Amino acid sequence: MFKVNLSTPQSRLTIQKIGYLSLTLIAILTVVPIIAIVVHIFIQGFSAISWEFLTGFPKDGMRAGGIFPAIVGTFYLTLGTAIFSIPISIGAAVYLSEYASENRWTQIIRIAIINLAGIPSVVYGLFGLGLFVIFLQFGTSILAGCLTLSIMTLPIFISTAEEAMRSVPQSFRVVSISLGASQWQTIRRIVLPQAQPGILTGVILGLERAVGETAPILFTAAAFFLPQLPNSPFDATMALPYHLFVISTQVPGMPVNLQYGTALVLLLFILGMNILATLVRSHARKQRQW
Amino acid sequence: MFKSRDWSEFVITRIIKLTGYSTIIFVVLIFFFLLNEGFPTFIEVPFASLISDRWYPIEGYYGILPLLIGSLVVTVGATTIAIPVGLCTAIFISEISPRWLRDILKPAVEILGGIPSVVLGFLGIIVLSPYLRVLLNLPTGLSAFTGAVLLAAMSLPTIVSIADDALDAVPRSYRNASLALGATDWQTIWNVTVPAARSGILTAFMLGIGRTIGETMTVMMVTGNAPVLFKGFLSFLYPVRTMTATIAAEMGEVATGSIHYHILFFIGIILFLFSLVINITASAVVFRQHKKVEKILS
Amino acid sequence: MHKLIIENLTLRYSDGVEALRDININIPVNKITVMFGPSGGGKSSLLRVINRLNDLTDVDHISGKVLLVDDKEIAKDILDPNLDVINLRRSVGMVFARPVVLPLSIRDNITYGLEMAGEKDKNTLEGTMEISLKQAALWDEVKDRLDEPAIALSGGQQQRLCLARSLALEPELILLDEPTSGLDPISTGFIETTLQELKKKYTIILVPHSVQQAARTADLAAFFLQGDLIEYGHGDELFVNPQDERTANYIEGRFG
Repeated sequence: MFKVNLSTPQSRLTIQKIGYLSLTLIAILTVVPIIAIVVHIFIQGFSAISWEFLTGFPKDGMRAGGIFPAIVGTFYLTLGTAIFSIPISIGAAVYLSEYASENRWTQIIRIAIINLAGIPSVVYGLFGLGLFVIFLQFGTSILAGCLTLSIMTLPIFISTAEEAMRSVPQSFRVVSISLGASQWQTIRRIVLPQAQPGILTGVILGLERAVGETAPILFTAAAFFLPQLPNSPFDATMALPYHLFVISTQVPGMPVNLQYGTALVLLLFILGMNILATLVRSHARKQRQW
Repeated sequence: MFKSRDWSEFVITRIIKLTGYSTIIFVVLIFFFLLNEGFPTFIEVPFASLISDRWYPIEGYYGILPLLIGSLVVTVGATTIAIPVGLCTAIFISEISPRWLRDILKPAVEILGGIPSVVLGFLGIIVLSPYLRVLLNLPTGLSAFTGAVLLAAMSLPTIVSIADDALDAVPRSYRNASLALGATDWQTIWNVTVPAARSGILTAFMLGIGRTIGETMTVMMVTGNAPVLFKGFLSFLYPVRTMTATIAAEMGEVATGSIHYHILFFIGIILFLFSLVINITASAVVFRQHKKVEKILS
Repeated sequence: MHKLIIENLTLRYSDGVEALRDININIPVNKITVMFGPSGGGKSSLLRVINRLNDLTDVDHISGKVLLVDDKEIAKDILDPNLDVINLRRSVGMVFARPVVLPLSIRDNITYGLEMAGEKDKNTLEGTMEISLKQAALWDEVKDRLDEPAIALSGGQQQRLCLARSLALEPELILLDEPTSGLDPISTGFIETTLQELKKKYTIILVPHSVQQAARTADLAAFFLQGDLIEYGHGDELFVNPQDERTANYIEGRFG
């Protein structure tokens, strides 16, 4: 008979204990800094937050005053991105989910979407500069920035919207058709309304990303300092992420707490949108009719 | 009988189809624009100069080698940190941690993913870089290493969440079979679960790398922006310059249509192609896995 | 008079499965015709041909004639590619095996078909809804909560809702594919009784979920086996004295 050399249960359990401990430590190593970062920014930036900070204009070469124009600029950019990107995204998502058959062209569309998602943000900035700012002569403007950001956010919107629509049970569509409704009527009356919370969540998350992006607006929309708020889409604008970049790298003697304050405001915007998306998602789960 | 409803529905359907195909149009548009503005580089800059190791546009030196290497160094550094840490964290979240802990960890990692690159860059300048400078006794804390650490932090959420999904998708029955044969949980994880999820995990790695290569603001703020060649391991602790930072930093100062302008677009093409290759490979891996699963299940 | 005349109907799916093989059958008006047999027989496929629902599936080959005859004795071929399918589906109502209520209120579920057809008059919609719900024996149970989501109803109620939903379009033909398979005996009985009432006004084709249900409800019965129509005759004769050996074996439970 062979003498098989099996490891003892005891030694294997010891290995497991060590292994579990190491993984736990690594996981903690990952998570603790995250919490530390957020808390740190909160603590350091809190002192800078005041009514004047949020509603005032920068003074003394950014070293004092407020960040109001940056906040407004970010708001305009986000709004513009939503306006351009949402209709196209929902259309593409409807096409992929409801109309397209799985053929070669559909594969190509999906590859195109994956690629749009992977293009580095600075390359988008380059593209936006070349096409919108220079070729179409929009100049450094909110319009150019929004158009650039919208193409960038297309993939996120499309994939979340498509998934939301696919999760609507097929049986609804079959029943609707059997009652004499056309495909578009079925989409409009049943599929889209049922997918709406999922689509909304995706929109919030996508816009959340657009809020924090600097590179795409670097050459297309962002201005260092504007004495007044932009009053047309063809004006350049200040924006929160760009403002943070500028004051932390290009303004000597910049008070640290104002830098933290700007970072905090940006972070609050993003966390706020995150929470909003989570609320929409859990509300939708309760309301679901299937 | 041609009802007006039929007509409007016809138009709407056509528009929807158009938006679907618009995605292809956008990709092609971006590529051709980059190509159009970047191609003159081949004419204007002699190839030998292009691959030289001096990037000093003001005096006509357009060697992109230091930039390529800069990006490579930072990416490799970030990946070396992010992949093991990311995988271990994903395994912890998916296989080991109790439910309540998982419900804290997953959102926490997601929050990290939401932090904008400029905020991390800012923290890099204010906190990490001075700390490293003192700790490692360097002339400046802005280095490839600093960049790598922050980029690792940025790609971590991508790697963790995709790998976690992949691990989660491994059927219960695989784990149960292994345990029934007397293996410990630990052995099961490494011998059964992780290999079963390997294509998803690989995808996670690739997408994490893709994110790292394409990152701009963080690297521009903390890597020191010195286009020098990498000389030996210790150079990791000294400034470098990535392709992305180069574009971001210099684009504002170039004259439209100049050589410098064209070569920045040229670098953009390189970045575009890198991301293209990574993303298509990643999705091909996923696609092949789906086909395999379909064959098994059919 | 016949409501539906099927000649040489053959249907094959793109995976090679021949679901129906040279089917010839005439469905009389105002009667309940039952199509029964073991699963895979082609009964569901046949129903889906009649309302062209198989346009949504992978059909490789379909040939033959399926003629729908209206009250003026004019016949149109359902398989005609130029046929207005949307109109067809309004004249052929279908109730599925699992009750699928649309994610709308009870009221909106019933009026859905009419609204999609373009009916906007509130009175017409309300009136039709009430009539359909009464025909489906559901009116008394839901008349006070018409605006509640339909999903809140019980299984049996949901299935009667689906029936009412089809009735609201005043179809010429009603197809029911194992409508009571998920329901308790009381709800099942309810629906079977309702069908007996409805046949006075409508023509009904029923795929039952058991031989017993077939025997209970059939005026005419057709036995399908793996895509072939084996036997077709009057209900009270076929179940007592089947002509074909296979029919007899199935009815007596020797296979299934």
